[in-house]
Amino acid sequence: MAQVSLRKIVKEYEGGVQAVKGIDLEIADHEFVVLVGPSGCGKSTTLRMIAGLEEISAGEIDIGGAVVNDVPPRDRDIAMVFQNYALYPHMSVRENMAFGLMLRKFPKAEIDRRVNEAARILDIGMLLDRKPKALSGGQRQRVAMGRAIVRDPKVFLFDEPLSNLDAKLRVQMRTEIKKVHQTVRTTTIYVTHDQVEAMTLADRVVVMNHGVIEQVGPPQELYHHPRTRFVAGFIGSPAMNFIPAKVVERGNGLVLHLPLGTELAVPEHRVARYKAYAGKTVTFGIRPEHLTDTQNVNKPHVAIFNATPEVLEPMGMETLAHIKLGGAEICARLDPLVAASPGVPLPLAADMNNMHLIDDATGLVI
Amino acid sequence: MAPDSSAAVLAARPAAAPARGSAMKRFARRRSTIAFLMTLPLITVIGGLVAWPAGYAIYLATLNRRQTAFIGLENFDILLESETFRSVIWQSCFFAITAVLLKALVGFWLAHMLHHIPAKGQKIWRGMLLVPWVIPPALSTLGWWWMFDPSYSSINYLINAIGFPSVPWLGEPWWARISVIIVNVWYGAPFFMIMYLAALKSVPDQLYEAAAIDGATGWQGLRHITLPMMQNIISITVLFSLIVTFANYDIVRVLTNGGPRDLTQVFASYAFQVGVLSGNIPRGAAVSLFMFPLLAIIAYFVLRGVNKRNQEMA
Repeated sequence: MAQVSLRKIVKEYEGGVQAVKGIDLEIADHEFVVLVGPSGCGKSTTLRMIAGLEEISAGEIDIGGAVVNDVPPRDRDIAMVFQNYALYPHMSVRENMAFGLMLRKFPKAEIDRRVNEAARILDIGMLLDRKPKALSGGQRQRVAMGRAIVRDPKVFLFDEPLSNLDAKLRVQMRTEIKKVHQTVRTTTIYVTHDQVEAMTLADRVVVMNHGVIEQVGPPQELYHHPRTRFVAGFIGSPAMNFIPAKVVERGNGLVLHLPLGTELAVPEHRVARYKAYAGKTVTFGIRPEHLTDTQNVNKPHVAIFNATPEVLEPMGMETLAHIKLGGAEICARLDPLVAASPGVPLPLAADMNNMHLIDDATGLVI
Repeated sequence: MAPDSSAAVLAARPAAAPARGSAMKRFARRRSTIAFLMTLPLITVIGGLVAWPAGYAIYLATLNRRQTAFIGLENFDILLESETFRSVIWQSCFFAITAVLLKALVGFWLAHMLHHIPAKGQKIWRGMLLVPWVIPPALSTLGWWWMFDPSYSSINYLINAIGFPSVPWLGEPWWARISVIIVNVWYGAPFFMIMYLAALKSVPDQLYEAAAIDGATGWQGLRHITLPMMQNIISITVLFSLIVTFANYDIVRVLTNGGPRDLTQVFASYAFQVGVLSGNIPRGAAVSLFMFPLLAIIAYFVLRGVNKRNQEMA
């Protein structure tokens, strides 16, 4: 097991296209780090550079205290789980899992011990003599993980391992992966485009976009204190609402002018933070769960305004209301018992304690 | 159209057609009837060009020289007693097995080289390397014959140039056998190359990446990933080539004509000599049929292995 450091890592393809633009990242021993971002953001390329499957154009990768830039994958002591599992179709499950140990000339008894132990952890003992073709998607996923576990490597690398599974299995395997990590404690780097996977699995989430790191932090921090508009919009489902707003001074305080004449008061403790933006147009960000019906609202700093839902989506434990506010489409989470119908105005409560303002020029959260 | 629906369509019509006509129509519209009619041309071709000649050859092989009496397996008996034929068996096996092995090795090596050339340059090389396989072998063998010629041999010219004595390519039995094999390998290796190249391309890159991470060197990747993944193509190609090489006629005919002293005769050239040139058609047929049972058994086992692997893997 080991820590991993990326220092000013660049991946440049022929023709000068940069997939990864000089990222720095420190991953501690035993840590579970998830790289997340939209497709083409450079997260898979970064992982493949750590694995040694992709050459590093500039910068240094350090695994367990040794720079591995010129070390071939086989000598990096890493294990990887691929998106389509990459199981060897001509080998049985047992042979697939034992392959890496066999190449490293482990004694037969030790190979058997490790394969059986991994099979026990993953509950695939009864599949050991089958060929991959005779397995379901979830079982193949387990075998791919087993192949990584038996090696007892310094680092686990996961490249979108759940994206070929159906939704239900994905949730199940997510838990499974977390359990495995809690058991074996190997440093893990996990790539996904699914922010839910990132939030649920990670000790720390690394949000990437256009080849740079937007923000690194524990899931809750990213959720509550996003640093950029991209992170604010990417993390969380349904996504954060973004509404164009003008900051206006009123007396000692500040007020946000939203489209359609809606006005929301900024809480006093935020006034100093936003004062410099008085008179300017910014983007007002608020998560759907902080935009609710007015039942049971007795928190301080709640601003109430009227809005007309266009579409209502009952989810069971809540109802999502989609509302057009000027040019912005916003989403509010209502109690399912609230009597709301499309086209009928209803009062909404915005929890201004959880508001965000975004500087449109820099894309940074103020 | 499903049979039921066509029946339903027919039934829905007013009862204008008599009952017998509609039964005929139903028969004509049955899927199996249509399928049979559509494959009929192929069945005719295979029957006329393969099954009938094969059956006729077997029949011929059981006749006496003048084709007037049935003599059972006597032609085979006589052949097996003849020393020339025993040497033909040995030569054919030596020729076919060595040539097929070499073709497989050279083809695999070429395919591997090609596979690692970037896609842009690959086309040209692939095209050039296929040329030997595209030229009619009788013509290209004539070219080789010139290159092996005792007086004008260009190969000997080069060998002399680097200080070695001339090689009696077609004059000495072992060199003649080697010459025949060289030409056959030159002609047949591109076929292996193109088959193996297709097979190499069908191995997913991720398997190599997984193997590299699992700790495999290039050789180990070749041994544990590439070869097992290509096993089906390799077996089918080798089987096919073995059959074709056992039946090879033109190269021996043009290059050595069986000489010196019948020491390069193979089944096909010997069958031609016995059957056509010496006028003993039944015995010629017996020569050409000699390998059939053995090849059929090999083919059965190879194809069974291919099927089994297909079911397990693909």
